[in-house]
Amino acid sequence: MADGPSPLLSMRGITKRFLGSPALLDADFEVARGEVHALIGQNGAGKSTLIKVLTGVYTKDSGRIEFDGREVAFPSPHAAQLAGLSTIYQEVNLVPFRSVAENVFLNREPKRFGLIDWRRMNREAAAILHRLDIDIDVTRPLHDYAIATQQMTALARALSTEAKLVIMDEPTSALAEQEVQTLFRVIRRLKGDGVSVVFVSHRLDELYAVSDRVTIMRDGRTIEQRPMAEISRYELVSKMLGRELAEQLAHRRADEEGELAGQPPVLEAADLRRGRALDGVSLSIRPGEIVGLAGLLGSGRTETARALFGADPIDSGTIRIGGAPVHLKSPRTAVEHNIGLSSEDRKTEGIIPHLSVRENLTLALLPHLRRHGIVDRKRQTAVVDRFITAIGIKCSSPEQPIRELSGGNQQKVLLARWLCTDPRLLILDEPTRGIDVGAKRDIQALVRHLADDGLAVLLISSELEEIIANSDRVVTLRDGRSVAGLTGDQITEEALMQAMATGSAADDTGDDSGDDTGGDDAPKAEPA
Amino acid sequence: MTRAGGSSRSDVPEATTTPSDTGGPVSEPVAAAADGTSGVRRGGAWNRVQWTSWAQRYGAAAAFAALFAYNAANTPFFLTQQSLVFVLLRQAAPIAIVAVGMAIVIGTGGIDLSVGSVMAIAGQVGATLVLHDKPFLLAIVAALLVAALCGLFNGTLVARFGVQPIIATLILFIAGRGIAQLITGGELQPLANPDFQWIGLARPLGVPAQIYIAFVVALGAWLVMKLTVYGRHVLAVGGNETASRLAGVPAGRVKLLAYVVSATLAGLVGLIAVSANSASDANNVGVGMELDAIAAVAVAGTPLSGGKVNIWGAVVGALLLKLLQNTLISHGITKEVAQIIEGAVIVGALWLQRPEA
Repeated sequence: MADGPSPLLSMRGITKRFLGSPALLDADFEVARGEVHALIGQNGAGKSTLIKVLTGVYTKDSGRIEFDGREVAFPSPHAAQLAGLSTIYQEVNLVPFRSVAENVFLNREPKRFGLIDWRRMNREAAAILHRLDIDIDVTRPLHDYAIATQQMTALARALSTEAKLVIMDEPTSALAEQEVQTLFRVIRRLKGDGVSVVFVSHRLDELYAVSDRVTIMRDGRTIEQRPMAEISRYELVSKMLGRELAEQLAHRRADEEGELAGQPPVLEAADLRRGRALDGVSLSIRPGEIVGLAGLLGSGRTETARALFGADPIDSGTIRIGGAPVHLKSPRTAVEHNIGLSSEDRKTEGIIPHLSVRENLTLALLPHLRRHGIVDRKRQTAVVDRFITAIGIKCSSPEQPIRELSGGNQQKVLLARWLCTDPRLLILDEPTRGIDVGAKRDIQALVRHLADDGLAVLLISSELEEIIANSDRVVTLRDGRSVAGLTGDQITEEALMQAMATGSAADDTGDDSGDDTGGDDAPKAEPA
Repeated sequence: MTRAGGSSRSDVPEATTTPSDTGGPVSEPVAAAADGTSGVRRGGAWNRVQWTSWAQRYGAAAAFAALFAYNAANTPFFLTQQSLVFVLLRQAAPIAIVAVGMAIVIGTGGIDLSVGSVMAIAGQVGATLVLHDKPFLLAIVAALLVAALCGLFNGTLVARFGVQPIIATLILFIAGRGIAQLITGGELQPLANPDFQWIGLARPLGVPAQIYIAFVVALGAWLVMKLTVYGRHVLAVGGNETASRLAGVPAGRVKLLAYVVSATLAGLVGLIAVSANSASDANNVGVGMELDAIAAVAVAGTPLSGGKVNIWGAVVGALLLKLLQNTLISHGITKEVAQIIEGAVIVGALWLQRPEA
């Protein structure tokens, strides 16, 4: 596959299972000398596992790894580093309170008579950074400098170990636009010096800007390996998501569309901006409508949800609820406006693990269950019993700790947490992620049923099928902007992928469109 | 039971699945009754998990019972009113009151190191006012108010400025004793005001007043934790602060109030201490109280990571620690060895509540 001489790195038939479930299945990966190689895939596609198998964090179950012409199996990340393989993680893992020079030479300090040779260390660190066009005082503590500089320090550290291959796991997620440009310049220089770079990013613009070739992963397998110039954005996205067959699940409900259009929106957001995460998001949701929010990882889906819920402050833009502009200064304010948010991360942002199903279910309702300062246990029990039955939560009793429930049942409890407050708008961020098929169907049916009863729903999902099957209207985000609105029959996989990849729908008639953008904002650091 | 055996489908594989050695449904430990729920009854054998959960819930009480029985059999004059009421209960009461406040703070996921110093400040304020011929009620209210202000200071640092609780309360732990000494110029002030000293010296129905006070405080705190929205919010914030905020829980206010309660109770105990000693001594009132109170909470099996509050457990913990100390003393064990044994008991309690593998 590699053009010319033997590749620097070749991984063949790599399989890695965790407790029986495969994270990598017969995956291949190959990097030529002096090339910049993009590695992409959705969450859980196996990118991180592949990198960790390579760098000795995990041991592979089967397969063969050749690096620089020899078969290798690094027992530890340190061994991989000694062999010329350097990894830079998205979170800079350096020591903030020690000097830049110390960080560059951490663990390999030049010594004289058993003591650290400070002068030599500072001199050499400055020289390495100078090669990267960074001229700073290397004796100052690292945390005095911007994130980009810190990342450059990590890079300098990689270079000082004479790395042959530098792996960058979402290096740009914390960087500002001009810092990204500096990083790209450095990457090109590395390439000029014959160093290979593996570049993991979710941002298509960046991938196209620096990469020579791309490897696409999905479900633990290598789907495609091709020169970057030969693959279109649309093709890239569709291979990554694996939806080449347009299977139309949707039941479009054109009859209701007209009826809905007449109603004033429950919530309207105009031109929301926040740092580099949100760069002009506009959308509106009417009663009884399920609006899908689609977009690639890092396009600002979760950030939009959090902004609409008051969980993150916005820099500019307006949010109107029931026509009146509101300032959502905290989730509490949003709750008072009858908005609910079910977070994508059930474990860290949803359940209170020690507490019972009953306590978890009524957490948001609690202030309304108060009588003379005391929780009205009778009403609480009634509410809990009603929802356990109504949406089929499987638990041994309402007193069972929620952490003992399955993911799907936990999710149902969290949905009920909001439903019992009788919300006007429910924001569902990945409501069916990681739950079994049965519970998934239950939840989707429930949401549709509630919408038919007049609830407004903002549905966020990385699964196109889910968006297509459940949404009355879809707003697509790209690089923190709402770029296309699709309604009714326009909601097809092709149109969605087109919008997600290039920022324009085939037939862009929605009211939420914005123009295409150069794209310079940060994907949220999501674990991959 | 409905818990699925594996981790979620699409998540990263290195995530948190724990290997199940039996292959059957993974049975997890039942939460201690700290949250007021009645727990889940299950069938099946009395396995290690159940034993651990039993030990967490009743371990301190069982240890207390065992030690009590041992003393009844082996310690002369142990089963006398003098020994039980005037020594054990009276000495445990101040620790128990402070431990109740500490239990709530720990329930929010915090800790309060300043209680000993706040005791000293409140004691000095009360004693100084009485010595300047102010009405005793004014002295008591002023002392409690000053204590509450100290709690407000701690709580503001933690809830509003995000300072780590151990650091935030360390400030008053250190500075508070200095403040207390400044109030009186560091001198010992002898007290002789029966009204003011009622809480430290009175014996209604032959029982020291502080025992009644401790009981009322514990009962009140238990009811608040069990019945009120605030109580449930404490558990929610301690159990998962992010999730609580996203559910509209005013997490900052919940934490702030916990520190105010803790400091106010410490102030109350400070008043008891100066009253009982008939002297206010800024250098010695409340020294080491924070550790006694934390130990009382920990010995009762309450995790210091938050999310659980066991008020009666803290009371039993205070009794257990005091009984242990007195037992060791009455059997002539030297102070040094006694301290080692106390440490061992606390380690044992922590071992019982270690996270499951």
